[in-house]
Amino acid sequence: MLKIEARAQPSKHWAYFSPILAVVLTLITGAILFSSLGQNPVEALYIFFISPIEDWYGISELLVKCIPILLCAYGLSLCYRASVWNIGAEGQLLMGGLIGSAMALQFVHSDSIWAMPLTLLAGILGGAAWAGIAAFLKLKMNSNEILVTIMLNYIALNLLVWAVHGPLKDPQGFNFPESALFAQSTILPVLFEGTRLHLGLVFVLLALAIIWVFVSKTFIGFQIRVLGMDKAAAKMAGFSQNKLSALVLLVCGGLAGLAGASEVSGPIGQLVPSISPGYGYAAIIVAFLGRLHPLGITLAGLLMALIFMGGEMAQISLALPSAITGIFQGLILFYLLSSDVLIRYRIKIKLPPINSVKKRVYPTQTEAQ
Amino acid sequence: MNNVKRLQMQGISKSYPGCKANDNISLEIGHGEIHALLGENGAGKSTLMKVLYGVVKPDQGVILFNGEAVEINQPADARALGIGMVFQHFSLFETLTVKENIELALGKQAGNSSTLAQRIRDISHKYQMPLDPNRRVATLSTGERQRVEIVRCLLLDIQLLILDEPTSVLTPQEVDALFITLKKLSDEGCSILFISHKLHEVAEICSAATILRGGKVSGHCNPKQQTPDAMARMMVGDGVEINHQTRRTYTHSAYLKVTNLSKAASSSFDIALNNISLTVNKGEILGIAGVAGNGQEALLKALSGETTDKTAQSIFIEQTCINALSPMQRRRMGVAFVPEERLGRGAVPEMDLAENALLTSFDFGLVNKGFLQWRKVVALTQNIIQKYKVKTPNTHTHAASLSGGNLQKFIIGREVEQQPKLLLMSHPTWGVDIGAQVAIHQAILDLRDKGCAVLVISEDLDELYKISDRLCAICDGQLSPILPTDDLALPQLGRWMAGDFMTEQQNREEAA
Repeated sequence: MLKIEARAQPSKHWAYFSPILAVVLTLITGAILFSSLGQNPVEALYIFFISPIEDWYGISELLVKCIPILLCAYGLSLCYRASVWNIGAEGQLLMGGLIGSAMALQFVHSDSIWAMPLTLLAGILGGAAWAGIAAFLKLKMNSNEILVTIMLNYIALNLLVWAVHGPLKDPQGFNFPESALFAQSTILPVLFEGTRLHLGLVFVLLALAIIWVFVSKTFIGFQIRVLGMDKAAAKMAGFSQNKLSALVLLVCGGLAGLAGASEVSGPIGQLVPSISPGYGYAAIIVAFLGRLHPLGITLAGLLMALIFMGGEMAQISLALPSAITGIFQGLILFYLLSSDVLIRYRIKIKLPPINSVKKRVYPTQTEAQ
Repeated sequence: MNNVKRLQMQGISKSYPGCKANDNISLEIGHGEIHALLGENGAGKSTLMKVLYGVVKPDQGVILFNGEAVEINQPADARALGIGMVFQHFSLFETLTVKENIELALGKQAGNSSTLAQRIRDISHKYQMPLDPNRRVATLSTGERQRVEIVRCLLLDIQLLILDEPTSVLTPQEVDALFITLKKLSDEGCSILFISHKLHEVAEICSAATILRGGKVSGHCNPKQQTPDAMARMMVGDGVEINHQTRRTYTHSAYLKVTNLSKAASSSFDIALNNISLTVNKGEILGIAGVAGNGQEALLKALSGETTDKTAQSIFIEQTCINALSPMQRRRMGVAFVPEERLGRGAVPEMDLAENALLTSFDFGLVNKGFLQWRKVVALTQNIIQKYKVKTPNTHTHAASLSGGNLQKFIIGREVEQQPKLLLMSHPTWGVDIGAQVAIHQAILDLRDKGCAVLVISEDLDELYKISDRLCAICDGQLSPILPTDDLALPQLGRWMAGDFMTEQQNREEAA
């Protein structure tokens, strides 16, 4: 008989092993899914997970994809450590892209060295301001940040669509919903010749180091962790819940805004209606898959970028619908949450007892009365 | 028939991952006997009771009830046998009436609904526990709520009543009333298992006692013939110092001064504070007695800064008004705080001891330009562990895996090591074993002797009489007069806990 039994202490091993188990289970389910669609499962998984990164260019594309995901996920991990449930990285990214583009379009005919830094700064401020709305509503009106940030995502998307159809539309663009192409002075430089891998990767590495040090080595980071684990203790110790919640939201918004600005001034090079295929949402999964730890998030971000690319490959080579990307993302989150049960509980195989109370002959209930 | 015992538990063993809660425990109770089960926290009392009441299945052992072996798989089985249990924490719905609560808990066993109210009245009258079946539980005092639980057991044809620490929530007068009921029950042949660690109460009503220590039976005795010290010795084992004598001090230099502190209730389950005035002098311990839920929590939060008030001016440290200051600002003025809940307020359960030491000691050289000095944090943690004899494998143990007493020693050590000028404590030794209790009291007294002002809120009157220099009671958000401990007799304090001082004050005001 199988039995689930509470552990005396949460298992450290399973905290690390559970994401791996989730990935393995996702692959197995994927194989079953592919074969039920009439595909050879081994070949399909190969096309999905291996073929996108078979060569150096593929790997560089993987890194390009993971830049916005990771920037958002590092910021989200900070929020989640403080138990601030920010679901709005997508909207913050879009606002970063929108405000960044508005700034970049001031420099269309300029080779000022300020063009790129100001574009990125505008993006950061745009994302932070968008998160600031949620922070303000949470702190002053006591609104639930989950609902507010989700709704702000849709508002951000519609603002962006309105902008590319209206004020930011390229006057010479034959009425296409696109902005003018950004000037070369605004575009993030490519790091390696022959790839699209841009300066954003450096931002990612910086964010990785800073967030890591911030969470594990600074007093504010410690306060954030205490707040996330135990609000009453944070209050008892005198840590300000309001200031900390606002801080994590603003930092996350800034990072997501940087991600948006880096997309429009990086691989895209102009403002278009769809600057993100859901990077901000994928980052939520990445943050949890990576155990909210910067290193774990980095690995999870690479995997998530691979799923995005695999989804594209599956559309091209296997003629599968684009929903396949979402399915894999959902599967991995589902299996992760299921596997996490094993951190606090263990599965015990119970054999019938050999020498226990049961062996003694008891009279039945009615006899005893 | 009379030589058959009411209850025999033989060789009961129960293990949990990482600990053996019950190890080959045997227990016998005769007809009409009031039997005490003594033991410190963690000695295995609760586990044994859960086995008996069908909440937990033993790994090994036999239970004989009236001489016949029985298997008790769930509480309903226990009730069917005639075993009733009153838990330490009541399981009543506040918004329902007494009758509805009883009906809900007993289900079919409650019998005919139309006669239930009358039966409740009859039984409560017979055992001198006046109770109105149609009152809402929310309007009942703690003592009355306990009566509901007892009456619920008595409605069934009961042969064994288990009471888990029944007196811990009662005023002394309510305890006397409870004991009259218990004696009457026992005269009628109902056996009673009385779980407690208050030795003088056990000596008063129990005729036999089984003492547990570390999951094993450490002795049997007749409490009427044993000294409390001898029983305490069986509970804690040899080598723990049990000391009752403490020196009182009388000082006059006020440190904390509260004048007419009032605060409206923030919810319907909150207690409003009404015109509370008190002073705590440097180098003295002020004790506040009271039954739980009479405004202690609101008072402590107002003093610690967990609730602040930007407009009021009623709390002063020396000459500074602190009503508007945050907990961190108050800590920086030298206030330390030991809350009632150890896990989930006093300490973060999922953080290790080093992180929990940092939680409130951050101003003591552990943070440099915003960066944590982990080496110093660990050094401080080791110092607290050694000095306060906290039993833990190392500084990286999670707070949640320490026993209550050990964690409390750690938390108090953390606050005392900050050398505060004002220490606020709520229930400092609640659920803590005697060894830890002695150590904690000594740490508080030492701090007092260094000139710290200490305020202790507790329900444990023994503790308050032991360490307080001055003593008062809180009831319904109001504070009684404050008297030197030795001038305040227990019956007087008991009346104050029940709110007597309010009418006294009113009379005086009317007379004036």
